[in-house]
Amino acid sequence: MPETTSSQKKNADAVDWRKLKKDFPILDQQVHGVPLVYFDNAATTQKPRAVIDSMSSYYLEDNSNVHRGVHELSNRATSAYESARKRAAEFINAGDTRGIIFTRGTTESINLVAQAWGDANFKPGDRILLTEMEHHSNIVPWQLIAERTDAELIYVPVTGDDGRLDLTRLEELLSRNVKLFAFTHVSNTLGTINPAAELCAMARKHGVTTLVDAAQSAGHMPVDVAEIGCDFLAFSGHKVCGPTGIGVLYVKGEMLEKLPPWQGGGEMISSVDFFKTSWNEPPYKFEAGTPNIAGAVGLHAAMDYLDGIGRRNIFEHDRELGRYAWRRLSEIPGIRLLGPADERIGLVSFLLKDAHAHDVTTFADQRGFALRGGHHCNQPLMRKLGVASTVRSSFYFYNDTDEIDRLVDVLIQIQKFFAG
Amino acid sequence: MFGDLDDLYQDIILDYSRNPRNFRKIESPPARVVEGHNPLCGDELTLYLLMDGDVVRDVAFEGAGCAISKASASAMTTAVKGKTRSEALKVLENFHDMVTSGNAEVFEDDKLAAFSGVHKFPARVKCAMLGWRALESSLSSTDDESGAGVSVEKKTITTE
Ligand SMILES: Cc1ncc(COP(=O)(O)O)c(C=O)c1O
Repeated sequence: MPETTSSQKKNADAVDWRKLKKDFPILDQQVHGVPLVYFDNAATTQKPRAVIDSMSSYYLEDNSNVHRGVHELSNRATSAYESARKRAAEFINAGDTRGIIFTRGTTESINLVAQAWGDANFKPGDRILLTEMEHHSNIVPWQLIAERTDAELIYVPVTGDDGRLDLTRLEELLSRNVKLFAFTHVSNTLGTINPAAELCAMARKHGVTTLVDAAQSAGHMPVDVAEIGCDFLAFSGHKVCGPTGIGVLYVKGEMLEKLPPWQGGGEMISSVDFFKTSWNEPPYKFEAGTPNIAGAVGLHAAMDYLDGIGRRNIFEHDRELGRYAWRRLSEIPGIRLLGPADERIGLVSFLLKDAHAHDVTTFADQRGFALRGGHHCNQPLMRKLGVASTVRSSFYFYNDTDEIDRLVDVLIQIQKFFAG
Repeated sequence: MFGDLDDLYQDIILDYSRNPRNFRKIESPPARVVEGHNPLCGDELTLYLLMDGDVVRDVAFEGAGCAISKASASAMTTAVKGKTRSEALKVLENFHDMVTSGNAEVFEDDKLAAFSGVHKFPARVKCAMLGWRALESSLSSTDDESGAGVSVEKKTITTE
């Protein structure tokens, strides 16, 4: 991608962010009679026209099944699918495409590791180390496999409202017969960026396998598995400007051979006898059945699009928005802001003094703002922080400070309305 | 001034949420206790129901929630106190019809009519129904044979 490398050299100031917004037709609309402001990017990002077009032209011109036919269309579909895999390897600097498994998303990627690797490796008394800021999808799959294997879950604590991991405890926790340490790169509720490379290095020292949930980081900052040094990493296409229903599980080279197959079916076999089957090579061994080919094509276009802008630039842009929002929101009397004041992505989570999160989001929706109110699939963390729900506003490169100013005005109105 | 929002957050609803009625505990036993939970927002509500034979003698609730769920649970407690089990269930059915259809005919001149605006906000129907669903669950549970009337149950409100 020569285009990628040259434009990545641009810095964030040189990017025309307003022009990029025009690449997203969906953002140019009114809801409830007012212009839409999309601030729910942590749930899913919007898709640029390039992604939508890539998928429709795949269906209009190239659709076929992969790795099967020898006819022209099947060759095209296979090559589109495999070139998406190659692009995904570049996107996270995986080096080798063998370690890039396409899944339905982060959730399925984590379930694959829990069920295939976990089932083969956890013994009674083994511990699985998670953190208190995990999304339900990085908790529940481990609970299921822990129950089946008599392994036990333990957690790295979160310090409090400032939303950091208590790393003073990590060394001691890792030494408690831990087999696997699975943690989120970026918290979807607090916006915290965890020092992934440092955490993995510490785990490695204790011989602990690592899984990084990159759902909230992959589209928002450079993610480099070689630098992080993890064994597994998962992300979702729909949170990186790509379509739903496609995601990636990265598996480090030396883990690949040790990872047993997960689901059985076509594609994942090399030869099937009535009673015995030999497996295909990775990554095909882990991709049973006809894959989401159009999804992979769309994801490919999304990764090209993001790296065309440069994820370092996106990170800087969003971080500025996050800082701006934090500063402006702090002006609202009685507001409670959660998460660290710095080392965060462009996401703010807060509670207004007199208005419940659910009422805030309904009200804001009528003013055109798409916000999220709730527990953000983070119930254990919310309980720990003593809140049932928060309002979350999560930004992306197509958002701007003007939208944040308008949000603050609306929040002040809301506060007044409910305080009476 | 706020269009549809004024329909949703009528004065009576704001009043009931700021000053919830019957927002307290009832000793259990003899009261039945049900925990209602809205998985969408994490809201939790504990409902206490004291029956006198077939009649609702006292009903109260506690918990954190949005304005709609708090006001609706408040209004529910005042609406069903003194009613028989089947009368209370009938009010519940009518209330559910109203918050999903917007038709407030049955509740003419009744404060419950204030909740008809909820139907314009489908995502909020669950909030309005949380206390009522807990009541329904509590009414359908039976007191134990010793007459102690203890019934603690967790009910998750998942569908509407
Ligand atoms: C941190 C984190 N992990 C995992 C997930 C699950 O992603 P998906 O639903 O795409 O599988 C999410 C999505 O909300 C997330 O924010």
